[in-house]
This record gives sequence, structure tokens and C-alpha cells, in this order.
Amino acid sequence: MQKNILLFMVFLLSVSVFSQEDLEEVKVTKKQKSLKKSYTVTANTTVITSKELLKAACCNLAESFETNPSIDVNFSDALTGTKQIKMLGLTSPYLMITEENIPSVRGASQAYGLSFTPGTWIESVQITKGAGSVINGYESISGQINTELLKPLNDIPFFLNAYGSTDARFELNTHFNKKLSDKWATSLFLHGNTRVAKNDMNDDGFLDNPLGKQINILNRYQYYNPESGLVSFINFRYMNDKKQTGEVDFDKDTDRGTTNQWGSEINTERFDVSTKIGYVFKDMPYQSIGFQNAFNSHKQESYFGLNQYDIKQNSFYSNLIFNSIINNTMHKFTAGLNFTYDQYQEFVNATDYSRIDNSVGAFFEYTYDNTDNFSLILGGRVDNHNRLGFFITPRLHMRYNPWKDGVIRFSAGRGKRSANIFAENQQLFASSRTFSILDNSGKIYGLNPEIAWNYGMSFSQKFKLFSKNAEAGFDIYRTDFQNQAVVDLMESPQEVLFYNLKGNSFANSLQLEFNYELIHNLNLRTAYKYYDIQTDYLRGTFQRPLQAKHRFLGNLEFETQLNDDKQWKFDYTFNWSGKQQLPYTASNPEADRFPEFSPSYAVMNIQVTRVFSSVFEVYAGGENIGNYKQEKAILGADDPFGANFDASIAYAPIFGQMYYAGLRFKIK
Amino acid sequence: MKNLILIAIVTFLGFSAQAQTKKNKNLKYTTEVNGNCEQCKKRIEKAAFGVPGVKTANWDISSHQLTVILNEEKSSTADLNKAVAKAGHDTKEVRATQQDYDNLHSCCKYERE
Repeated sequence: MQKNILLFMVFLLSVSVFSQEDLEEVKVTKKQKSLKKSYTVTANTTVITSKELLKAACCNLAESFETNPSIDVNFSDALTGTKQIKMLGLTSPYLMITEENIPSVRGASQAYGLSFTPGTWIESVQITKGAGSVINGYESISGQINTELLKPLNDIPFFLNAYGSTDARFELNTHFNKKLSDKWATSLFLHGNTRVAKNDMNDDGFLDNPLGKQINILNRYQYYNPESGLVSFINFRYMNDKKQTGEVDFDKDTDRGTTNQWGSEINTERFDVSTKIGYVFKDMPYQSIGFQNAFNSHKQESYFGLNQYDIKQNSFYSNLIFNSIINNTMHKFTAGLNFTYDQYQEFVNATDYSRIDNSVGAFFEYTYDNTDNFSLILGGRVDNHNRLGFFITPRLHMRYNPWKDGVIRFSAGRGKRSANIFAENQQLFASSRTFSILDNSGKIYGLNPEIAWNYGMSFSQKFKLFSKNAEAGFDIYRTDFQNQAVVDLMESPQEVLFYNLKGNSFANSLQLEFNYELIHNLNLRTAYKYYDIQTDYLRGTFQRPLQAKHRFLGNLEFETQLNDDKQWKFDYTFNWSGKQQLPYTASNPEADRFPEFSPSYAVMNIQVTRVFSSVFEVYAGGENIGNYKQEKAILGADDPFGANFDASIAYAPIFGQMYYAGLRFKIK
Repeated sequence: MKNLILIAIVTFLGFSAQAQTKKNKNLKYTTEVNGNCEQCKKRIEKAAFGVPGVKTANWDISSHQLTVILNEEKSSTADLNKAVAKAGHDTKEVRATQQDYDNLHSCCKYERE
């Protein structure tokens, strides 16, 4: 049996070198820590376990990073309530976001994709800062986020989660699991959420967050045969999400396409099928072969006032991976092939931007681990893409433990991607800005591919302070753009310009972290972050808009000792955000201007969980309990079809305080 | 010249080996090795990896079991036991010399049987 578990682990681990140690970490730490930084993993990776995910109020992947220092959560606009994540000061298009190592949030799903994974489905999330592995592709520039979903073979037969909040959002999650035989198991996850009431707390005549409905269904199968070494996953998924936002009195049946009332609908339908098959060689647990295939169809139909935006993406992704060793397990390697095909049908108002992208690539990654204090991952890939051309992507990660409980890491790597300028910046459709692409010689909307190098190093040290566990560390990263699809909001409040970078664009970041166990079961986590993100725009060099230069995060968690399966858990998070450069609005009439910089502000969240037994628990909490609100959320709100209308500039919460409660019921 | 002889020997050995019992390229072998701590683990595994043909090595602190996958065409299990004992750790098959044992770090001075 032990051998079986070992084989199984080895396979799972071998799917990617990065997920390798991560999964092990989850096993080890599940009961101890909710956020785990390993001292033996080569890359700068943090694992968010399901325990940490329970701290977030709600309810999907986008909202699960509030307590995590590596990721900043921002608001993408003043209308859709969408949370946008950033790593090293760069938005999610510069991250590689994968689900079980299959790229998930990319292309058409870039803006809302993270909100399409319900939180209860997630087993763990691995966050890697910096260049990352070459195995899944060449697109990652500032980091990688991989989500592992609950595995049917380890899942419990039934799970129910219900949630309701004062902003009229309700969620229901039900999971069913059945072991079909000793080798097959299946899970069925059903998720529904809805927002039924209209909220306008700042009385600007616009909804603070959208009315919405989402249905999300995942059915997955897992096969595991320890005798033959064969492992397989098959997933089917369907998602339908509808949002309506805009003026409170907007009626979609009568006002769409008119100037009676300003309104917007964003309807997304998505279908996914993915399969994984893996084989671990007999008597050679270090050697395996894996084959992943994923097909998805993503369709978004939307309008923002009189702007119409429709995009449909059909994608196929295939990845063949071979893992083995050179002499012994101190020298491992992963080699394989990728194939990606994307068919886009994209319409911006009447303009057709439909296109087909495809790429084929080969990768090789070598891992050296002296089993003591040093490890290194050196990876490279070559790709041929119909728009990006033929190119090489090198990546390097190193880890060294100079002394006990200390770790130094270094990473460097290159990333290249095509910017989906409309899908990634679609919040700008909710404004009277005209979209102009100033270049026309490139192959992607007339623009050239984005190319960036990322370098970073970090240091962490664990120690005892007054005989309690403490940890301190820092990391510094730099991203240097050789080319960028610049999104220029600094020229005019009536325009957004897209053009190839002329001059410099870089993102520097520094993070200081200090974690301390104040008393038994009371943990403090603090982080200070400094960002210097500059781009040369036509008007001159500016900090990237809507990015705070200084941020501070504090998190306090306390839990009582488990007593007869009963427990209390308390959680408090403090997020401070310094002043942010705002898009240029000085040419507007005074009433429709923002200052050059936003004010600084703090947001506080609390949560209390009462575990009544291993079967039943309830939780309640508040978000933004200090009730901070962005004073003016929408420019030109009184004349939404006028020249100064802009709902895309959100630097702080729009809604103010929100309270919620929920329950979890499990049958084991 | 040396290489040629080596190749000749290896080839010859290869044939004769086949004639006797076929040597396993992926022999899974487990033996008990005495030790105490994380530092011992690193030393034991390092010693095991130093033996040609050892592909994986894992020593479990609580059970004292050293598990390796060994290419018997390159080394024998006896070679493995000798190498581990040379690092100062008694195995079920080979006892470390007093001198090698004495060279261990104080935290690694396990109780000898």
C-alpha cells in the first residue's frame, strides 16, 4: 500500500517539476499552516491550502488572495465588481494562470476568468513569483498561479456550502462524490450564485455591483491503478454567467441600444473538456510520461452603453511530458511538446478582429538537487507561433540554504505573449473613450508581441523570538520590457491609445515580510510592498496608473484548540494602499476630473468561524468594515452618453461595508 | 587502452552475467541503517548516491529504512552497504569502523547495537 501511495505521489508530482514539491507540502502542512513557504523548493513558491481559502469571505478564485502578500487584489472598474489581481505590480495577463497545470485564464477569459472558479472546488493554490517553469508555456512574465481542484479519490461523499451577504449576493455549492470502484471515482460539483437586489450606496444613479447569475457545473473522473502505474483524469465543465450593470433604472428589454439609460450586460458561456493520462514506469518511480489535452469554448456577448463587444474563443491545448533522471534522482529532467490552437471571433462594435493563433513548442527542463542545501532548475523551450514567430524562452531558478532555516533564491527568465488588448482592457468600454491603435505593422491588432525579462532574488529566515516561531524575509524583482503593448490613459480622458513601447518600461518591486506566532495559536502575518512601475508614454514617463507605490498587509489569525471537534476561528485582515497615479483627466471640466493621485486608504476584513463538529460549521464576517468608499466612482455619471463619462477608474472599494454569513455541511 | 580493457571486461562480464542470473537494472533494495537525525539522513543518502548505479535513495528517520533503486550492472548491494558504513553508519550487513563512527557529528552518534 505504501508503495502504491508512493507511486501515485510520484506520478502526480511528475506532472510538473514545480507542482512536485508543492503537492507534498500540502500533505505535510494541511493541519498546521494555511500559507506555506517551503525552504526546500527551488522556486519562490507559496502554497495556499484550503484552510487559507476559508478565510476569504467569498467565494471564487479571484477573491481568495486577500490574505496573501504575494498578490495584490484591486478593483478593475466601478461597475462590474470584478477583482483584478496583480503580481510584482503587473496585472493578470502577465501571469500564467493554470488549473491543474493546464492554462486556464487566458485570451478571452482574461478579465473575468478568475471569478469562474468557485472557491469550494479548490484544494490548493501554488503561487510562484518570478519567471516560473517552461513546462506550461512561454507566456508567464511576472509569475505563475496554479490551482489544484479537489481530487475525486480523496473527496468526501457530500459537501454543502450556502452563503448570503448584505449586498444581496447568494451562493450555493454542492459537491457529490462517489467511488465507482477501487480504481475509479467521480465528483460532481454544482455552483450557483446570484445577486438579486440593486445597490447604489453612493447615490450616483449607478449600481455599485452588478446584478448577476452564474451556474457552474464540473463533473470529473479520476482513475488510479497502482499495479499498472496508470493514472487518469477526465473533466467536463459548463459555465454560464450573466451580469447586468449600469444605471439603476436601466431596463435591458427597453433601454438597450438607446440613450434612455446607460446600461451594460456581460453574458459568458463556457464549456471545457480536459483529460490527463499518466503512466509511471514499473520499478522506476522516477520515470513517467504524461499526456494532457484540453478543449474549451468561451463565448462572451456584451455591451457597455452603446459599445458592443463580443468575443468567442475556441481553444485546444495539448501537452506531452516525459520525466526521468540522469544517473540518479539528484539529476532530473522533464522534456516534452506543447501544441496550442486558438480560434478567436472578436467584434468590437462593427470591426471584425477574428483570427486564428497556433503554436507548437518543445521544452526541456533540468533539475539538480544535491539533496542537502542547493538546487537548480534550468529550463528552455523553443516555440513556433504564427504571430510571435520562432523564439527561445530560457528560465533559471536557484535555491541555496546557507545555514539552518535560511534560504536564498534567485530566478531569471524571459516571457513573450500577444496582448489581447480589447479582452484585457474591456473595462474601458464603460467610458466614452475612443480606442485607437497607433501602430499597424505588427501581427497582433497591428502591434508587436510583448517581450519581457524578469529577474529576482529573495531571502527568508526562520528563527525563534522570545521562544516563539518567527519568520522574516524580503524579495526584490525587476521586470524589463523589451516591447510592450502600451495602454495609454495619460494622453486624454476621451481616448485610450495602444502602441508599441517607445523607450523604457519596467516594474521594480520590493517586499518585506515578517510573520510571528504572538502566542500559541495566534499568528501575525505582515508584509510591506514597494512598487516602482514606470512606462514611457507619449506625454512622458509616468507610474503605471492605478498602482499604489506603497502597500501594507497585516493578517491576524487565532484559533482555539480543537475540543471534541469543536473550534472557534478568528481572522482579521488589514490592507493599506498608498496613493495611486490616476489616468489623466485634467483637461475635463472641473467636476469631471480626478486629482493626479488618489488618496491612500485602508480596508479591513474580519471573519469568525464556529466549528460545531466535523460535519457542520458556520461562519460570518465583514468586508471593508471601516466602510471606506471611493468618493467619486464614475466621472460624468450625470451624463453617461456625454464626452466625459468614465466608469473605468476604480482605485478603491465602491460599495463600502458588507457583511455575510454562511454554513458548511459535510458528510464524511 | 585502459578503456578498451574496461570495455572488454564489461562486455565479458555482461555475457557471463546473463549466463548466470540476469542482473536487475532497477533493483528495489531496502536495508536497515542506523542513525538519528536530519543530518544523518543527508549523510546516508549522500553516501548512497555516491555509489554508481544508485538511482534513488531515501532514508526514513523513524523507521531507519534505507530504500534505494539500484542498477546491479554497476554496483552490488554489498557495495552500497560498504559505502554507507564508510560514512559512519552501521547497516544490517556492514558495521562501520570505530574510526568512521567517531568522525560523526555529536548529534549523529547513534546508539550502536
